[in-house]
This record gives sequence, C-alpha cells and structure tokens, in this order.
Amino acid sequence: MGALTTVMEEVLLVDVATLADWITRASADIEANRDHLTHLDSAIGDADHGINLVRGFSAVVTVIAEKQPETPGELLTLVGNTLISKVGGASGPLYGTAFRRAGKALGTEPDVAPEALGQALKAALEGVQGLGAAAEGDKTMVDALAPAVRAYQHALATGGTVAQASQAAAAAAEQGAEATIPLQALKGRASYLGARSVGHQDPGATSTALLLAALAAALAGPGS
Amino acid sequence: MKKLINAPDDVVVDALRGIAAAHPSLTVDVENKVITRAGGPTAGKVGLVSGGGSGHEPLHGGFVGFGMLDAACPGEVFTSPVPDQMLLATKAVDGGAGVLHIVKNYTGDVLNFQMAAELASDENIEVASVVINDDVAVQDSLYTAGRRGTGATVFVEKIAGALAEQGRELKSVADVAREVNERSRSFGVALTACTTPASGQPGFDLPDDEIELGVGIHGEPGRERGPMRTAAEIVDFSLAAIDDDMPLDGDLAVMVNGMGGTPLIELYVVFEEVRRVIAAKGATIARSLVGNYITSLDMTGASITVLRLTPDLTSLWDAPVETPALRWGR
Repeated sequence: MGALTTVMEEVLLVDVATLADWITRASADIEANRDHLTHLDSAIGDADHGINLVRGFSAVVTVIAEKQPETPGELLTLVGNTLISKVGGASGPLYGTAFRRAGKALGTEPDVAPEALGQALKAALEGVQGLGAAAEGDKTMVDALAPAVRAYQHALATGGTVAQASQAAAAAAEQGAEATIPLQALKGRASYLGARSVGHQDPGATSTALLLAALAAALAGPGS
Repeated sequence: MKKLINAPDDVVVDALRGIAAAHPSLTVDVENKVITRAGGPTAGKVGLVSGGGSGHEPLHGGFVGFGMLDAACPGEVFTSPVPDQMLLATKAVDGGAGVLHIVKNYTGDVLNFQMAAELASDENIEVASVVINDDVAVQDSLYTAGRRGTGATVFVEKIAGALAEQGRELKSVADVAREVNERSRSFGVALTACTTPASGQPGFDLPDDEIELGVGIHGEPGRERGPMRTAAEIVDFSLAAIDDDMPLDGDLAVMVNGMGGTPLIELYVVFEEVRRVIAAKGATIARSLVGNYITSLDMTGASITVLRLTPDLTSLWDAPVETPALRWGR
C-alpha cells in the first residue's frame, strides 16, 4: 500500500467509461460462467441462474451502447432498470434494485470519488436487504455483498487506492460466496430444502462475487 | 433429451403464437408476453391478473376467459415474469374497479408483482394482491421463504373469477381469494425429474427406484426422498401430510393434478385412492378435477389439492366458466 500522502494527492476519480468497462467485463464473465452458475442453481434452486443473468446482462450491454449514459449514476440506474425489465425471477428485482440504488447514490456527478463508490456499494447492499429481507448467513447474495462493502470501506479508510479497495472487495466477496457452502438457506428457493441446502455454494453469492471481481478488474487501471 | 421445440430460446414465444392461433377468445401480445381476454376490459368489473414462470401450462394462460382470469403474464420457463409485463396486463384489464394480482409464493414472483403493484399504483390503478401458499411439503416458518403456491392457484382463480364476474368490489374479490387459499392444501410427488428446454438435462437426479415426496412445481426437492411404492401408499402419505395440517372433514373440492408426464389413467388410479382415504375420514368429495392443470414440464408424478368448501364457495365453483382449460355451465 502506498504512502497515505501520495495516495491523497493522486486520488483517481472513477468516470462513466470505467464503469461501462466494468459492466462489459461483468457481462463477459457471467457469459463465461453461465453453465457454472446454472449448475450451482440446479443443486439448490431451479437451474436457471446463469441463463437468466446472461439474458439480463447481454440486454444491459446493448442498452448502454444505444443510450450512451453520460454519468456513472445514470449508467448504473440504466443497468438496474434493464435488469428489472429483462431478468425476472428473484435475481432481476434484487440485482436491478442494487444497481438502481447505487446509481441514485452516485447522483449526477460526471466523475465519482472512491468514497462515493463505497457509498454506492453500501446503498446497493441496503437495497437488496430492504427488498429481499435477507441477513448475512441466510445463504444469499448478501453473504458476498456485505463483506465486500466492508472490505472496500476498510481498505479506503486505511489508505488504500480505489483499485486496492475494489480488489479487497472482490476477495471478500469470493470468500463470502465460498463460505455459503456449509450454510443452510433461510431465504429464497433454496430455503425449501432446509438442511439439504447445506454443502452447496449459493449461486446468487457466486454471481455477486463475479460482479465484484469484474469491478476490481475495471478499476485496476490501464493495461490491466 | 428429445423435445418438440424449434430452439430452446424460442419455446415461450413459439408457444404463445400457438396459443393465439388456437384460441380466438384470447388476445396474445407475443412481444410483451401478455395474454388477455379478447375484447378488452369489462367496465366496472375487477380485473384478475396472474402470472408466473412458463412450463406449468395450462396455468395461467389457459385460465384466461369468462369466469376466471382477465390476463396472464408468462415468464421464461420456470422464471417469474418481469414487472413491465405485469404492469401492461394490469392496465389492459383495468375496467375502473381495480385489479387483483394472484401471486404464487416464490421469491421471484412476489418481488416482481410487488414492483408491478407499485408501478400500477403510480398510474392510479387500485391493486390488491393475494399470495398463494398451499404446499404443505414446506414448513411454514421463519426459516424458509414460506410455503410454495401450487394447486390452490387453480381454485383461487376459478372462485375469485366467479365473484368478480358478479360485479363485486375489489375487497370482496381479494377476500374470497384469500379465503380459498387459507382453506386449501396441496402435496406433490415426483417419479422423475423435469427437463427445462434450456438446460436439456433433468433438473435433479432421481434414481429409478426412488420418488421425491413433497416435490415443488419446478422440480424443487421436497420433504424427503423415499423408495418407489404403490399409488395407494403414495396417496396415504400425501393425504396424511395434508390432514396433519388441515383436518379433512366436511365437503371438499379435490384436484388430482398431473405434473405433465403422467398419463390420465394413472391420475384416475390416484383419484380412486384419494376417494378411499377421504371416505375413511368421513369427509365428502363434493367437487373434483382430474387432469393436467398446473404442470412441471415433462415431470412424471401428481399433486393432490384439497379445498374445504363452504356453500358460498361451492356455488362460486359451480358458476359458469369458459377458458381454454376449464369450461362448464355456459
């Protein structure tokens, strides 16, 4: 981690192009993991998570290219609205609300500071929890998103760059997703299985970890 | 897995075109995936809208018509429809008396209908929602998403639809829908798993000599897995699960529903076993349905739904209905 003073002087703002790059990477990663996500969902759900997210994110990429949003807030709101309109299932409203809340939190600024991005991630988490009423440990996407938000904010607070903070968030999300394996599902369709949901990684937490890994890759800077 | 389809991604749209061609009584918006009664909303009548993932046909589109639904929103296979569809359907059937959303209790359906109700309310359409949760295979507790909505949906759509047809106000129609849900219980058993067109693989592994007791309509596992047994033993198990939760007495409406891949002759074998158990309880099967009403693609197996009737509910059940999948008295 670089010296705090240097970091403070060289704080990079996040622009709309970087966030658009995030979404493009996320879409590609989800496409590449379509069968993996669907396979996880077939163990404890209804075997469509990868299929639904691919449909949603491919629509998102098309809509971004058409509408060319001008600010990070506008971009994320558009992503959210498109996911709500295209995905269906529980993941459509949940991811859609997450992106909409993040977009709203970013306001109309043309570039956003790392702290604001952290607030947006937090707003996304609050949106998901408000709609789905899931707590950490319920074996849902919250198990990846909540530790990611904490890791991002902790990294920034201890002098990290936006790239380091997003790396920390991605790592925490991945750990959180893996940590769902021994959990019993208390929300969502997997909860119908009761104890039989133990021993499987949650598909929603897994896709959340993919999204945060894509964010880290987009924020890693030029040449990444 | 062999399927009579053109391409996995086109199944829902191709089927909607077929529904439109086969049933002139329906108007099908293929692009937006909304099925409504031909002829538009009835002024002063509460509109009934339901919807859910495709793959459960004839639910819900097959129940659009006089005496039942005004509109249905089919989602992708086993995936809840989206709020845009539901809002379009709600606007299309609003005859000025408000609209009832009939929602099966799955997280996706509930969240999407919740968003649609908010959007409709922004457009000054009064919406009431009833959530169907009749599946006794799931423990209704803080530790699950609650009981799933299954066969009672057919009873709710029929009976609430009959009351709406009489011109009753939204609150009464919503109340009777909730009453039917509260008086109904279901239990399903799968002999084999279903295969979605997109995955091409059975949704779960079920050995040749085992069955899934308490299966959901998407092939979600249920209460337990056990050895294959006779129809009599399967019905004993299923009705015991229902009776434990809601004692079987008085006049009952009973539906023996095929999951999509089970022949009608086996459903009648099941119905006779249901009659035997219910007679032994001293209850009466006053009304019955045997057939494929809420299916799970090609799953083999059956579900049993029991509704404890009242004289009012019986007369609403008997009221005329004219839909592609349910019709009598008109």
